[in-house]
Amino acid sequence: MPNILIVEDSPTMRQLLSFAMKRIPNSTVIEASDGVDALKKMSSAKIDMILADINMPVMDGLKLVSLVRGNPVYKTIPIIMITTEGAEEDRKRALSIGANAYLTKPIQTHELLKLVNTYLPAGT
Amino acid sequence: MNKAEEFLQMFRKGEEFTKDLLKENESLRYKIAHLEQLIERSGDEARTKIYEDRIALLEQEIHALKERYNKVEEENKDFASKYLEVEEENNNLANLYVASYQLHSTLDFSEVLRIVLEIVINLIGAEKFAVLLIDDKTNELVPVATEGLDMGSAPTVKFGDGLIGTVAKEGQSYFADDMSVNTAFDPMKPIVCIPLKIKEHVIGVIAIYTVLIQKEAFSTMDYELFNLLAGHAATAIFASKLYTQSERKLTTIQSFLDLLKEKPRQ
Repeated sequence: MPNILIVEDSPTMRQLLSFAMKRIPNSTVIEASDGVDALKKMSSAKIDMILADINMPVMDGLKLVSLVRGNPVYKTIPIIMITTEGAEEDRKRALSIGANAYLTKPIQTHELLKLVNTYLPAGT
Repeated sequence: MNKAEEFLQMFRKGEEFTKDLLKENESLRYKIAHLEQLIERSGDEARTKIYEDRIALLEQEIHALKERYNKVEEENKDFASKYLEVEEENNNLANLYVASYQLHSTLDFSEVLRIVLEIVINLIGAEKFAVLLIDDKTNELVPVATEGLDMGSAPTVKFGDGLIGTVAKEGQSYFADDMSVNTAFDPMKPIVCIPLKIKEHVIGVIAIYTVLIQKEAFSTMDYELFNLLAGHAATAIFASKLYTQSERKLTTIQSFLDLLKEKPRQ
């Protein structure tokens, strides 16, 4: 029963990603509108995967990745960045601070599902 | 002839007869051995024939299996491509559903505009664009929301003027042949211009100037979304605008009524 945390400020994207995650068997989607909201949600539920946008108000996706990787409790959670930032340096930066994968918008659902299935821990 | 000679003669005859028998025996043994060899050889031939027949049969079976395998392989490929098509269709429907759901989820004018921006950024992949609505008083297209450019940089266009004005007048979408055509930003020359229509009545346009770096070309899905935006965004914008105006009027009337109630009787 994987718990997937979607961190995205756009309600449209959140709904679209939630829709896509319905294809992951028995998964539960938890939504957060920014990094701070995500950390709050993570403290109250066990999270198996994070799908995070980069450009968000309050706390952006890169800061969230740094905080998650710096926390011994959360540091192994796989993180997939989903962003409009398509430049190679943005991708490298996100991966260097600990994101597992980097996907640019507009997303292709089958690509996202492939990544989720690759990084979702076995047995969840 | 004495008895001894008779016996000797008889013995010699017996010896000759035995020799003949032995010779005959030898000859028969040879014949048997020869016959056995013949039998064995003919057995080998028969077995070879059986094996050859069996090999031919197996080869036929292999050929038939290969044919079936190729057929199944082709069917598999067909199923795989159909699966991809269905997958893409699902993806498209999900996108359209979400876009339509979000557009009609509110009657707040600014929120509807924000949703239009979100759809154009996240689902289509536009980087720099503006939403322009027709001002009925001035008959001009006026920017009401922008992304990637300041509101001041977005153009105000006379209905029917230039590319944007023509799209608004004729109600036909415009797509540049080359998406990278507008490297230098020209507010009057978008690469895509979509009329926002309620039936045949145009209320505004979405003018896209640049797309995200990773966006190489517009897909079928993008054109579906443009169509959806042309209709649904127009309806949602129009309805929310009317609702906001009526709310404002209602508040004014309510305040006026409250004032009348409060006014002391002479």
